[in-house]
Amino acid sequence: MTVFADLPVRAAPVRGALRLLRRPDLALAVLVLAVVVAAAAAPGVFTARDPLRGVPADRLRPPGPAHPFGTDYLGRDLYARVVHGAGESLRATVVAVLIALVVGTVLGLLAGFVGGAVDEVLMRIVDVLLAIPGLLLSLTVVTVLGFGTAQVAIAVGVAGVAGFARLSRSEVLRVRRTGYVEAARGAGVRWYGVLARHVLPNATGPIGALAALEFGTAVLAVSALSFLGFGAPPPTPEWGALVADGRNYLAGAWWLATMPGLVVAAVVLAANRIGRALEHTEEGT
Amino acid sequence: MLRYLLRRLLSAVFVLWAAFTVSFLALYALPGDPVAIMLDSGTGEQGTVDPARAAALRHEYGLDRPLPEQYLDRLVHAVRGDLGTSVRSGTPVTRTVLDAVPPSLTLAAAALLLAVLGGVLLALAATWPRGGWLRRVLTALPPLGVSVPTFWVGLVLVQVFSFRLGWLPAFGGTGPSGLLLPAVTLALPAGAVLAQVLARGLRGALAEPYAVTARARGVGRGRLLLRHAARNAAVPTVTLAGVLTGNLVAGTVVVETVFARDGLGRLTVTAVSTQDIPVVQGVVLFAAAVFVAVNLTVDLLAPVLDPRLAGPATA
Repeated sequence: MTVFADLPVRAAPVRGALRLLRRPDLALAVLVLAVVVAAAAAPGVFTARDPLRGVPADRLRPPGPAHPFGTDYLGRDLYARVVHGAGESLRATVVAVLIALVVGTVLGLLAGFVGGAVDEVLMRIVDVLLAIPGLLLSLTVVTVLGFGTAQVAIAVGVAGVAGFARLSRSEVLRVRRTGYVEAARGAGVRWYGVLARHVLPNATGPIGALAALEFGTAVLAVSALSFLGFGAPPPTPEWGALVADGRNYLAGAWWLATMPGLVVAAVVLAANRIGRALEHTEEGT
Repeated sequence: MLRYLLRRLLSAVFVLWAAFTVSFLALYALPGDPVAIMLDSGTGEQGTVDPARAAALRHEYGLDRPLPEQYLDRLVHAVRGDLGTSVRSGTPVTRTVLDAVPPSLTLAAAALLLAVLGGVLLALAATWPRGGWLRRVLTALPPLGVSVPTFWVGLVLVQVFSFRLGWLPAFGGTGPSGLLLPAVTLALPAGAVLAQVLARGLRGALAEPYAVTARARGVGRGRLLLRHAARNAAVPTVTLAGVLTGNLVAGTVVVETVFARDGLGRLTVTAVSTQDIPVVQGVVLFAAAVFVAVNLTVDLLAPVLDPRLAGPATA
């Protein structure tokens, strides 16, 4: 099997991870995402306070040792609310990215592999989806499905489909022209064998990079929709809704809108940084 | 050139038709019953719908007819500029949407101006230094600009400039002073995207052989950047116009809500929260039309900016 040593083989993920950590800003981005994911999985580890119970005596306290992010108009600890909001916001984001990734990639693979009229029709649909701004597309879906975290997740996912479809199609077309695919076809491997063994493994890199970037976009879109009031109903501490809550207290309590927004910005920045690093690894720079 | 033009025009009409079809399918043909959604008025309490009223509404909106017939009927009306009537206000959708355009257009135009000014200046400033911390800081700014939530930026600006410093009105301000904060908020993501693409283009152009030659001939770095590189980097930046437009249209939804301004974005949010399906479709079609028009203009302008594209090969 040494003959195949020069075939494109993906770099071992472990080595990639080590290389990531040699750059401090990238390591910080990974750390931010890891902390947020941990907060979503086990909020109790990060705060012992109840995000829904307010202490009226502690209304609108500015950030301090007792309340790192301050308290809101009901005396609820904002830090606890942001930590407990991570689960709701991240779940919606992950569902959205998965929808965009799976539906988009399947459509793109189909278009690139079948070609002909199927390709033509699918790509025209993608063009149309790209002609409508993502947020408007999401709002259309929300109009039909109604309000709530799950609906917002689906809506944001639909808006991301076109990007993945376009990328995976171009990846299929690129890989299809390579020598090893032609050799496999010539050796009698069926199309689904080629797809599973050659095309998909070689397309995962760019698609993974797009998924990381889409994660950032989806965090922003989910929080925007929840800010507009289309997400989970009130007491649920979703990040966007927390910022919207703070809108009425801008003059007196700056921390209410500022703190949750900072967290969103940090997560998006981290996801984008990782996405761009993945892109560069793919381009070989 | 004529064939190029005709093909662009045809594909523009096609995208509009397809946008109509996709939004029709999404809003009228998919799961839920539009009448139930309309009567439900966004309260989430279903099952309280009066059957007689539902039937009357269904008839009024032609929803009792077979789907293909509804589709054709709506398409014919849409071509004539009739997009139906708003479920909430009863006014024609076309009128409702067009009435909401002027304030949003003012906002978007101001934002575009700021975005282009800021984006170009930032890109030039980030390419000017040959290295060092200044260049690194300036290059890091655009990714930051696309990562912060627009609604949050708006609120922070209000906090600082209206409540702390008291320089500008917070919400609902009229005139230029009321326009400044919303325009800056809307311009930020657009300007960041612009700066990123332009800076990449400038850096690419500076590495081209003609740039090296010009430098060797004794052309100063500033002149090289402004006269030679900028002209070449302009072409990929102009093709960004479609993306920027989408960015601005989507941005008005958030910014107009944050600053309580009237306009297309506010109309959209109201229509979505009251599940006013015809108005939502109207806004989507309007956005698609703007996107198509902008891209068409760019396609026609590109050969002017880059004479290589106007050659006979682009039939």
